[in-house]
Amino acid sequence: MIDFELSPNIQSSRQMIHMVAEQLMRPISREYDEREHEKPTEFLETMWKLSAGTSFGSDREADKKAAASGPKEGNLASCVSIEELSWGDAGLYLSIPNPGLGGAAVLAAGTAEQKQRFLAPFKDGAPKWGAMAITEPHCGSDSAALLTTAVRDGDDWVLNGTKIYCTSGLMATEKSDGFVVVWATVDKSAGRAGIKSFVVPAHTPGMKVIKVENKLGIRASDTAMMVFEDCRIPLDNILGSAEVKAGTEGFKGAMATFDATRPLVAASALGIGRAALDFAREALERAGVTIRYGAAPSTLTAVERDFMEIESELQAARLLTWRAAWMMDRGKRNNLEASMAKAKAGLAVTRVTQKAVEFLGPLGYSRKLLLEKWMRDAKINDIFEGTQQINMLIVARRILGYSSKELS
Amino acid sequence: MFDLEMTEDQKLIHETVTSFAAAEIRPLSRDCDESGEIPAGLAGKGFDLGLIHSAIPEEQGGFGEQRSAITGAIVAEALGWGDLSIAMHLLAPRLVVYPLLDAGTPEQRTTLLPAFASGYLAATAAVVEPRFDFDTTRFATTAAAKDGGFVLNGAKCFVPLAQEAETILVLAQLGDERAGFLVPRGAAGVTIGEREKNMGIKALATYEVGLENVVVPATARVGDDAAVERLLNHSRIALGALALGMGRAAYEYARDYAKERKAFGVAIAQKQAIAFILAEMAIETDAARLLLWEAAWMLDQGKDATRECVLAKRYASNACLKITDNAVQVLGGHGYVRDHPVELWLRNARGFTSFEGMAIV
Repeated sequence: MIDFELSPNIQSSRQMIHMVAEQLMRPISREYDEREHEKPTEFLETMWKLSAGTSFGSDREADKKAAASGPKEGNLASCVSIEELSWGDAGLYLSIPNPGLGGAAVLAAGTAEQKQRFLAPFKDGAPKWGAMAITEPHCGSDSAALLTTAVRDGDDWVLNGTKIYCTSGLMATEKSDGFVVVWATVDKSAGRAGIKSFVVPAHTPGMKVIKVENKLGIRASDTAMMVFEDCRIPLDNILGSAEVKAGTEGFKGAMATFDATRPLVAASALGIGRAALDFAREALERAGVTIRYGAAPSTLTAVERDFMEIESELQAARLLTWRAAWMMDRGKRNNLEASMAKAKAGLAVTRVTQKAVEFLGPLGYSRKLLLEKWMRDAKINDIFEGTQQINMLIVARRILGYSSKELS
Repeated sequence: MFDLEMTEDQKLIHETVTSFAAAEIRPLSRDCDESGEIPAGLAGKGFDLGLIHSAIPEEQGGFGEQRSAITGAIVAEALGWGDLSIAMHLLAPRLVVYPLLDAGTPEQRTTLLPAFASGYLAATAAVVEPRFDFDTTRFATTAAAKDGGFVLNGAKCFVPLAQEAETILVLAQLGDERAGFLVPRGAAGVTIGEREKNMGIKALATYEVGLENVVVPATARVGDDAAVERLLNHSRIALGALALGMGRAAYEYARDYAKERKAFGVAIAQKQAIAFILAEMAIETDAARLLLWEAAWMLDQGKDATRECVLAKRYASNACLKITDNAVQVLGGHGYVRDHPVELWLRNARGFTSFEGMAIV
């Protein structure tokens, strides 16, 4: 039955996480934007204690089983939590110790043994991070063009190549006992079919972070450039089959990770957008401007019109995001819907935050307030985890029934 | 708990109305737009689906089913996909029936509803006023208490089927509150103008209605200010869902055309310039549907939902206009000629920012 009410469990965890966002994140938000590359150690320790053991992403097999045993809402719950944390601070949210996107890849494509081996350490001990390394200096959206190689040598895979824009890459590989999931080709002549993902544990010899990026926003989160030089990992650290099959099935499997993570990234965008929208609404109200929803169109001011527009853009993005998560919870394929949500949310949050800066005029542009920061933070959502354009391309292929060859 | 799955009943209704729209409505759309007429008999076929009387209580001859704004949105989308004018024509009796179900007195229901339950009976509501600053929060049409009844004065426009409807529900300002008044078409002081000539919805007969010292008894009043707000909100969902249905029709038509039409050796849909337009259409129709369903769900929960209804209707109207405009663009010259339906949808789409209270869920 069509129902827009979140379950009592989700509502109560949302309230709790909102308090964390308000009391632990907002007070240090500006500080760690200005002190890029420094870590809020106390906050990270606290979050590790609060959230150890919670995973990020979706275990496809578990979802299917759960769907058979009754309605589940783990993915939706993650979306709601991530929106709250990102309402607090998106950069700090991304820097929270957890398996991250690497964990999502393990959940989506790993065996039961791999899930246990790589994810169990996240249940206790010192804080740990997981990361995912796909992008290379010469290719981003065109991930099938990557050059990093994985060559089998006896009982090892040997990785060679350079990866960039790896979120939490430094924390995952050098500052904790985490891991990074690295995409590499086992057979360049096979094209997409040769691309596989590998789990590289922290401190593995031959892996080194050589640069941490300076960025427009989400400065509290480290974004690493790393090189792999004869980096050896055990054979069973490959996610999925090592076999190179004709066609693109293997690559599609790897891309399926994104069906799980795109709604979560969209949810983070929603949090930043809501922060800006809430702030703008309150500021306008203090200045005597209230939004009159039912008023005659001819009497609406430009601010009222703009506000209504961004408010509904954000809500539309939220519902598309919740739908994609809900489908995953029900064990339904959500490739199309996940890309719809991500494309919409990335664009919506970009517009919402830019408009909110405009509403506040010179105050909005000042670093005394967080609005300008939210605008800078927001933009990454239109880029990472598939740019807006890549997600539009995926939507277009799906609605038209085209392969990537037919529509490139 | 959050859920987007229709009930089994809703799925059945959706399937039934969708097939009806494809088989009975869409094939007539162009001819009706050109001739300005809807064939006699079509309204009866629509009635037989249960569009009007399913929500009328059994004692008045209906099915007594729970009225649901979400189900209404599902139905309106499917009908709007077929043709906007025909959809509004088929749904017009609801403009009197639903306000009576919501806020009518037992006498009003007993007197009026049985006729609506036994077959298609034209009825209408007079909501919009012919002025650029038309304001649903304060009507310029007035009602004043006099001699135990009311006197109505003012002008209305976009009143569907006013020439054939026996009963017109007039929304008017009664001091500081708004209210509805049942006005017989033949009452003294009521003038039905010439049929309006609009850019779109050309198959739907709409009229200006003048009210000059029209006297109605106290028993003609339907509802209070809150009831008018509910009526307007249910109307916003209906109009938004009709816009959504028409937008989806335009999206599907443009999508299918773009896969057929070749340029430079490939289907034009294989060009990103076209493919991205189509992708945006798909996203915006889904987004509009979710916003409308959410607002409708709030109405069904009895919550105050003016904000959500206004935003959902605005969103759906804007999306529909952009989608229909882009559908014309995707077809290019073929979109501009009347051999294809997309120009008709564009003309219809422009109206939603002016339409209020012309359909109801």
